[in-house]
Amino acid sequence: MHSQLLTFIKKEFLHVFRDRKTLLMLFGLPIAQIVLFGFALSNEVKDSKIVVADYSKDATTQQIIAKIGSSKYFNIQQSLQSAQQLEAAFKKGDIKMAVIFPPNFGNNLQHTNKATIQVIADASDPNLATTVTNYVTNIINDYNSSLNNGNVQPLQITPEVQMLYNPELRGAPNFVPGVMALVFMLVCTMMTSVAIVKEKELGTMEILLVSPFRPIYIIISKLAPNLIISVVNLFIILILSSVFLDLQVKGSVLLLTFCSMLFILTSLAVGLLLSINAQTQESAMTASLMGMMLPTMLLTGFLFPIENMPIPMQVLANLVPSRWYFIIVKRVMLKGLGFEAVWKETLILAAMCVLLFTISLRKFKIRLQ
Amino acid sequence: MRTLFFLLEKEFRQLLRRKSLLGMLIIAPAIQLIIMPLAADFSVKNVSIVVVDNDHSSYSQRLINKITAGGSFKLAGYVSSYKEALKMVEQDKADLALQIPVNFERNLARENSGKLFVAINAIEGTKANLGGSYLSGIVKDFDDEIRIEWTHDATVDAPQISVASSNWYNPFLNYNLYMVPAILVTLVTAMSAMQSAFNIVQEKENGTIEQINVTPIKKHIFIIGKLIPFLVLGIILFSLGLVLGRIIYHVVPVGSLIVLYGSLVVYLFAMLGLGLLISTYSATQQQAMSLSFFFINIFNMMSGVFSSVDSMPAWAQAIVQTFPPSHFIKIMRTVVLKGSGFSDISNHLIAITIIGLVLNTWAILNYRKTA
Amino acid sequence: MEKVIQTEKLTKRFGDFVACNELSFDVDKGEIFGFLGANGAGKTTAMRMLCGLLKPTSGKASVAGFDVFTQTEKIKMNIGYMSQKFSLYDDLTVSENIRFYAGIYGMKTKNIRTKTQELLNELGLQNEAKTLVSALPLGWKQKLAFSVSIVHAPDIVFLDEPTGGVDPVTRRQFWDLIYHAADKGVTVFVTTHYMDEAEYCNRVSIMVDGVIAALDSPVNLKKQFNADNMEDVFYQLARKAKRSDN
Repeated sequence: MHSQLLTFIKKEFLHVFRDRKTLLMLFGLPIAQIVLFGFALSNEVKDSKIVVADYSKDATTQQIIAKIGSSKYFNIQQSLQSAQQLEAAFKKGDIKMAVIFPPNFGNNLQHTNKATIQVIADASDPNLATTVTNYVTNIINDYNSSLNNGNVQPLQITPEVQMLYNPELRGAPNFVPGVMALVFMLVCTMMTSVAIVKEKELGTMEILLVSPFRPIYIIISKLAPNLIISVVNLFIILILSSVFLDLQVKGSVLLLTFCSMLFILTSLAVGLLLSINAQTQESAMTASLMGMMLPTMLLTGFLFPIENMPIPMQVLANLVPSRWYFIIVKRVMLKGLGFEAVWKETLILAAMCVLLFTISLRKFKIRLQ
Repeated sequence: MRTLFFLLEKEFRQLLRRKSLLGMLIIAPAIQLIIMPLAADFSVKNVSIVVVDNDHSSYSQRLINKITAGGSFKLAGYVSSYKEALKMVEQDKADLALQIPVNFERNLARENSGKLFVAINAIEGTKANLGGSYLSGIVKDFDDEIRIEWTHDATVDAPQISVASSNWYNPFLNYNLYMVPAILVTLVTAMSAMQSAFNIVQEKENGTIEQINVTPIKKHIFIIGKLIPFLVLGIILFSLGLVLGRIIYHVVPVGSLIVLYGSLVVYLFAMLGLGLLISTYSATQQQAMSLSFFFINIFNMMSGVFSSVDSMPAWAQAIVQTFPPSHFIKIMRTVVLKGSGFSDISNHLIAITIIGLVLNTWAILNYRKTA
Repeated sequence: MEKVIQTEKLTKRFGDFVACNELSFDVDKGEIFGFLGANGAGKTTAMRMLCGLLKPTSGKASVAGFDVFTQTEKIKMNIGYMSQKFSLYDDLTVSENIRFYAGIYGMKTKNIRTKTQELLNELGLQNEAKTLVSALPLGWKQKLAFSVSIVHAPDIVFLDEPTGGVDPVTRRQFWDLIYHAADKGVTVFVTTHYMDEAEYCNRVSIMVDGVIAALDSPVNLKKQFNADNMEDVFYQLARKAKRSDN
């Protein structure tokens, strides 16, 4: 029986390796994602384009504008003359904020010791608006302190802020584990379900089923190539992120590999389950896409913080395997923690894996007999 | 033209007959549009904070109360050492650790300065950014507060510039207003590029395309016949999305519907061109799926739905310029939120048109009717 | 006799591989022309060139009076084609399929309606007009596919192994349809692996390794090769073949 199994696994590998385009996607996608996302995605807000309207044009306003312009957060695009211009600038969409100095700004400051700068943020993106408003406020506060240079401000509290794990606020540390979860989920789920349904469509599944070959072996041989491709992908991703993104595995590689295998197997089981219910490739694809890609992107936690979601969604998120895997990767890879920090998540994944396999194997048998 | 009529008749018949697919194409996006904004909430609420108060003074107590009372922070707990606090951050039990050092109050009073130590888990950049700035805002308010108490009248003799900030277009900082238009774009994208690619490849796999190839149908007529049904489907899906966004999330476009639909048609032209191009390079549905999935995934992540294009390095921004969804997302957001007109978005429209022309020409050239 | 297909040294190369080597033959109007050969002999390639699906490497050929190099679109207007892969739309009904193919060949709406009725009667499918093609038995599908391929009354119809996998009774009925079409002046160019079908043809050509090894009426071929039946003729020629896809 074992040599038969090997023959079958070999056949499955041939299917996969003959199809260069699919193969390109299988390996190209993770690579492209790691490189693109790793280098390109960032949460740092800098060089935001802003406009300035200076109705006062005095020494103070010039100084403040120079200070804002020289900060790395802002990039002054133009000086405005009228309110209409402001509206037009915002509508084009590139300008994030307008800083407006009212007439007699310097005068007021000199005579009354008080002056107000008006800041208008484009709040389409609420977080960005909050952040840029904060930055400009900080710059003004600094300027305030420098005005009072001679006499030391009393009671000065200075927070010393330290950004842990990811001081430059790069997107990569958050995205690499996310990409890993996404890639494994998709390669395994989608490719498995489509490969099995394709045999159904072509009618070759019937031939396999009438052969003296145990159904379990058919399943194993279908799953094997995807398992191996995924493990290869795992190492490609780890090497790429270590070489290019300077993200080394801080914890144990062995532990990470073990947990990844567990997650990959879980995803394979999901694919198997989907294939049992689908009759055409198209429906298998649509089901894996709609059924798996979105939940994975949404509920894994790498795009959106799960704790922000409404309670039902948070409950739902617990059912998504990638959510647990994401936590494990973050802890083991980024923070360098050991098994004692992830045993709970690992156990949950293992339970899901066993459950999914049991269900799909049982269903597969029912369909055969 | 008559040929086109018969082709369209056939395509629509087939489409309408596949009830389950049609259902998935309409219902699945609808469900996503309902659910996704719930999940895609980037607004940072409840940053959890762990506090190490080594001072145990009235000032430190007041500061902590101020931090936890503001609504932005949730107290994850008090611990006695900075190390323990860091451990909580490590285990994701807290996002942020604040240490108030020994003699904080005394130093403030005697030396006029006091230090605070803050450590933030920066793996999630947005949260780190906002958490950090919320905290420094609160500390600054606290600082002003005690300074006024101390000097009784601090503001009179020192010149003080204040900032009056206002938020336009989304004064209540409602995240749904920002996300719903973009999510709608991703749904239309997935539907148009993928389904058009599948559809053509299906004819290849079934062998019916060979029959079509020996008929005198011109290739551009055949292609137009394939694309129009998906154009119609895309418009239906988009309209459904607008209605759902309005009912559920109260997203009412400020701009004109003519601008929105005009842009949509240009956008669908480009994305269907991509689907077509993919189909010409695929022999099997599996390949078509792989290829379109490759693009859709990258589009989704890079086009500014989930992370800001402006934060990317210049080379990445240049690449993103060639992604049609990045332009359409900008158009959607500016038109829906700010009421921008054709003249404001002309650059983006021109870009999509050029990309669309390139993709379609490429696809038609590559679509060989003589196999 | 009017020649509807004329080829002269028609050749197709794929890289180093010569799929069809200098094919020269004529087909008369209204003839049933059998095109035989082992798998991989080059039949399908030759047929695809004549249908305008594949550009020949060299040589000359005209189909229905049009050149296969320059006038492929005109050729397509005047031929019908039925491939070995079933080529009707499974998810359209019988009459919808007829309507579609008639429509894309530019038939008038009124004519389509009468033609559909005529076809359904001829095939005895009156009650199945609104049935999805996927629900028809294979034999019916093939007969329908043939009728659809000549719905626009072409000069020539190319049939690529049309009776593969069909039971003998249906095959017989299928050939009745072919005779019926030939009687109306349609030239039939057919490839097949069934030697009894070769006997039904007016003339038969047998391809071996990319060249035409024999071409004549079945009676003459049997005489020439001193054989009892076409099976024997074919066997004598085909076993000399050096290439095969098996």
